[in-house]
Amino acid sequence: MDNLDVISGEPATASEPVAVVGAAAAKPRRRDRRSPLAWVRGEDLAALAFALPMLVIFTAFSWYPITRLVVLSFQQTNLIDPPTWVGLQNFRDVIGDPLFATAVRNTAYFAVLALLFGYPIPLIAAVLISESRRFRGIYSALAYLPVVIPPVVGVMLWKYVFYEPSSVGLFNTVLGWFHLGPYGWLQSPGTAMPALVVESTWANAGATVIIYLAALTTVDTDLYDAASVDGAGLWHKVWHITLPQLRGVLLITLILQIIGTAQVFLEPFLFTSGGPANSTLTVLLLVYQYAFGNSIGVGFGDAAALSLMLAAFLAVFSVVFMRVTRSWSTR
Amino acid sequence: MISLRLRRGDATEDSTGGLLSYTDWARRDIKLLFGSAQVLLLVLLVLIGLGPVVWLAKGAVTPTIDTLRNPLALFPHGVAWSNLSDAWSKVNVGRYFWNTIVLALGSWFCQIVVATTGAFVLSVLRPAWGRFVNVLLLGTLFVPVVVLIVPLYIEVVHPPLIHHSFAESYWAIWLPAGASAFNVVLMKRFFDNLPQELFEAARIDGAGPVRLFFSIVLPLSKPILGVVSIFAILAEWKNFLWPFLVLTNSPDRQPLSVRLPAIQAQTQLGVLLASMLIASLVPILGFLIFQRSFLRGSGFGGALKG
Repeated sequence: MDNLDVISGEPATASEPVAVVGAAAAKPRRRDRRSPLAWVRGEDLAALAFALPMLVIFTAFSWYPITRLVVLSFQQTNLIDPPTWVGLQNFRDVIGDPLFATAVRNTAYFAVLALLFGYPIPLIAAVLISESRRFRGIYSALAYLPVVIPPVVGVMLWKYVFYEPSSVGLFNTVLGWFHLGPYGWLQSPGTAMPALVVESTWANAGATVIIYLAALTTVDTDLYDAASVDGAGLWHKVWHITLPQLRGVLLITLILQIIGTAQVFLEPFLFTSGGPANSTLTVLLLVYQYAFGNSIGVGFGDAAALSLMLAAFLAVFSVVFMRVTRSWSTR
Repeated sequence: MISLRLRRGDATEDSTGGLLSYTDWARRDIKLLFGSAQVLLLVLLVLIGLGPVVWLAKGAVTPTIDTLRNPLALFPHGVAWSNLSDAWSKVNVGRYFWNTIVLALGSWFCQIVVATTGAFVLSVLRPAWGRFVNVLLLGTLFVPVVVLIVPLYIEVVHPPLIHHSFAESYWAIWLPAGASAFNVVLMKRFFDNLPQELFEAARIDGAGPVRLFFSIVLPLSKPILGVVSIFAILAEWKNFLWPFLVLTNSPDRQPLSVRLPAIQAQTQLGVLLASMLIASLVPILGFLIFQRSFLRGSGFGGALKG
């Protein structure tokens, strides 16, 4: 990976396609000196042809929709009449909506819970797994298995079997052995969100374990040996060698997890539809409800405004996060 | 990376090349603590990782009444293989299975074409405007795809320039799947690290960009093509919201992830579980077969994001 800069210099004189053997081909490939004709005929034309799928697809399905999102958030549209400009009205609508505060609070709550459950556990698991020579493969395969199960299947399995509120739900059956329950995990506002987070952690933690396992193989083992010679104990080594060596990856997984949980949609949508009493209404679920909840089209402006606010928040957050932690992560 | 691995070979006698040295492993308290933590982890992983899958497989072939009476009983009244066949034909899961495959293959194809040709331009051909495109690409990494559902939906239903709605069409899913900057960046990184001498030698021998692409770059890129392919297919298999939105009115064309929640209310639990098992089979089998790519690929992706 470090030889990137070595090879990023200009490619040596490139021979043009056989078709062009004229003066253009003989010239050295210096961008500023070439005539427009050479530009059109030479490898740049081939480059343009090769870039066409990327340019078309990204223009149509990434760059244009991003622009359109910004435009839409200042417009009122119903998909039939031409859209009208309404200034900041959509943003005012959204911020004035009492559900907006609820959704932001719930999303933050989900993110915090997901960090509490999902951040330390994969790290501990990865440290333990990486010390096991023989069973490493089995450990990581078991940890990763829930990640490959389609999320919809995972949610339905948990909803209709594990979290089933009657006494024959799987969790309630087990608790019944101890004469506890039955509990309506998803039916009470207090437990619904934690229940969603538990399922989501189950579904995602394996991916983080694998990232940590990969990072652990790059820890300089000489440091362990040196520490051992100096008589350092296990905790000392974990605290002073493993964690500091992993801090770059730890910061990345932290921000990736925060960005991911800020976009949580599937779990609240399929588990609870945002209920009970809006206790699991998240920001993206609110976007969905604005856009597709009532008659389609009426709330597109509000949905775009809220989407834009979320995207802007995440972008600003990422940049600030990287700025703040840069000195710390690269030493 | 390589230097680290080399160093690991000639470490001191006490070194295991890991966190714990042999002396550590010989200490009784550490051995007990760490060893029992590992065993506990294994038990937990079997319970949490494997348990739900095994239970799903059991529930899929258990009569609904038995599952409803006690979800942890092991076949009190025999096995109901009929759940699987009912799911496949009566609930039409066979059809949705096929839809899912067609959607996944189309999205895969679109992603591979865009990522390989795009990365080839940015990494090997390097036209003057490549830098500018690269910046625009990297910029899209900051915009989560899901915030674009509203403009994308409007675009698909009322596309600009073309007066033809793409709603209810697979093109509405295949084409947007290609717009993954992550794939292009991943591919570009790989191409950047291919030996440049090969490209130069081929150019001197008179190979044009097309030859370069098909005869040199693609054959050398099998590992990265494998990783991108696996994740492209898995991602489409998992996809829910976008197909749910654009295929709303054509149940017969919807993939499994969209149909499963829809058929839940009017399907017996046993048959539903069988449908869910069928929906999970391809990803699980794919994972077991390509385990190496999966586990290495995720680490790769993680390292790249840094």
